[in-house]
Amino acid sequence: MADKLMSMKEAINLHVPDGSSVCIEGFTAFICFAAGHEIIRQRKRNLTLIRMTPDLIYDQMVAAGVARKMVFSYLGNPGVGALHCVRRAVERGSPAPLEVEEYSHYGMVGRYVAGASRLPFFPLRSYAGSDLPKVNERIRFVDSPFGDETVAVVPPINPDVTIVHTQRADREGNAHLWGLLGAQKEAAFAGRRVIVVAEEIVDEAVIRADPNRTLIPGLIVHAVVHEPHGAHPSYVQGYYDRDNEFYLEWDKLSRDESRVREWLNEWVYSVADRAEYLRKLGAARMEKLRPGPAPAAAVDYGEYK
Amino acid sequence: MSDSTYTPTELMIIAAARALSGTRTVFVGVGLPNVACNVARRTVAPDLELIYESGVYDARPARQPLSIGDPTLVTRATSVVSMADLFGLYLQGGRVEVALLGGAQIDRHGNLNSTVIGDYARPVTRLPGSGGACEIAINAQRIFVIMQLKKRAFVRKLDFLTSPGHPARQGTGPDIPGHGPQLVVTDKGMFDFNNQEREMQLVSRHPGCTMEEIRAEVGWDVRVAAGAGTTPPPTTGELLILREARGTMAGGE
Repeated sequence: MADKLMSMKEAINLHVPDGSSVCIEGFTAFICFAAGHEIIRQRKRNLTLIRMTPDLIYDQMVAAGVARKMVFSYLGNPGVGALHCVRRAVERGSPAPLEVEEYSHYGMVGRYVAGASRLPFFPLRSYAGSDLPKVNERIRFVDSPFGDETVAVVPPINPDVTIVHTQRADREGNAHLWGLLGAQKEAAFAGRRVIVVAEEIVDEAVIRADPNRTLIPGLIVHAVVHEPHGAHPSYVQGYYDRDNEFYLEWDKLSRDESRVREWLNEWVYSVADRAEYLRKLGAARMEKLRPGPAPAAAVDYGEYK
Repeated sequence: MSDSTYTPTELMIIAAARALSGTRTVFVGVGLPNVACNVARRTVAPDLELIYESGVYDARPARQPLSIGDPTLVTRATSVVSMADLFGLYLQGGRVEVALLGGAQIDRHGNLNSTVIGDYARPVTRLPGSGGACEIAINAQRIFVIMQLKKRAFVRKLDFLTSPGHPARQGTGPDIPGHGPQLVVTDKGMFDFNNQEREMQLVSRHPGCTMEEIRAEVGWDVRVAAGAGTTPPPTTGELLILREARGTMAGGE
């Protein structure tokens, strides 16, 4: 078994060159802020950021000037409101213009599926009558070869690197995931390279004891990073809750560009890594986010000899 | 028994809940639609199952969900699936009976805008975009729209058409499996599309709302259905259930 365990610093340095396309997936859950912050700290430039829901992580990355372009399907601070940094970039070109390429959720999911399974396009029943195909020429319609129906199609997407946060992985990158699965598996298989970030690094035997839960196999993984609480202020099912206070606080402070710069200085540029970020945050804050237990009944795969 | 101490928003939620009578599967967001579903489950739709685009089928949230991706929607749900399965097998597979949608703008055919105000390339206001709304509008069997009746929202012409309603004329465009918008529930009245042109028409005014008030908030000359009446006010029982639901489950958007 190959040992791919390395620090976030090494993984980002090795696998996220300037100008590359980067996908940090995770639908409200499992958003790897630790990776986003390391990309900002290493002052990467001209990245294409891919994600269904840019969320606060891409708002911060756009504000920090790492992005040239964004590919997405829903721009929002979930349950709170708008992404003010992205809005400034799109509405006023401030601090720099941001090219956008926009789909619907199922369109984005389909792009990952096509990219992962090497198909030239993904067909879906969407976009009929919508203006989205008028502003994105990569959303098209084709006639069915088997009847007289017309369906929408979207092209495959293969991010240069996909970064997915998970509950646990072994040192080769075989990873268990439960909760909101989002498009973690599809985005990972679509990635030319994959960084798996895990709350816990476990023995291979833990993975093999529950193979249905292995959404991402080490086969497709290039780096494994152990980063407990690496998804804060988003959440990891069963490990910690969303830090909603931060989502509300960001809604206020991100309306002001100078306050965003101060925040990035204090919480990203001035801290060495996630461990220092967590020390600065304080153990009490993470403790408050710990959920009560709700275990499933044990699953018995059976011993067959 | 009716109760006269309710707000327009409370009647809007109760009217939406009543419309879910007999429904099993509803595709829903957070906020008022979520509350409407919780009221419906305890009144007219005891078998109601909530489906969220985040991949949750039949959620049983123990607290107010902060967003459609809240972990409380996962714990004790019947099933949680990938978004590829949620959109492919559940939504596109025709398993969603009703979807509750909203938007920044709606036109007379029930087309919705949630993308931009102003020009797309240099928008005055960049809105969130489609999310799943475009394919939900096309694939759910029935669409109920819940929006406050406001002139800037009920417009003659959308700045951008994100999610399709009824086509303005019968075309030969791509197949739309669902039946499109059936109902628009507002704080002042209810509208349906039951006419040949599939154009929004007032079917009932909420108690105390005049025709002038309604016309003042619609950007076109709004039709009134033959036999349009008054929305029955909330009953004491409905209000009790709603206020309890909002106290424990209300979404805060």
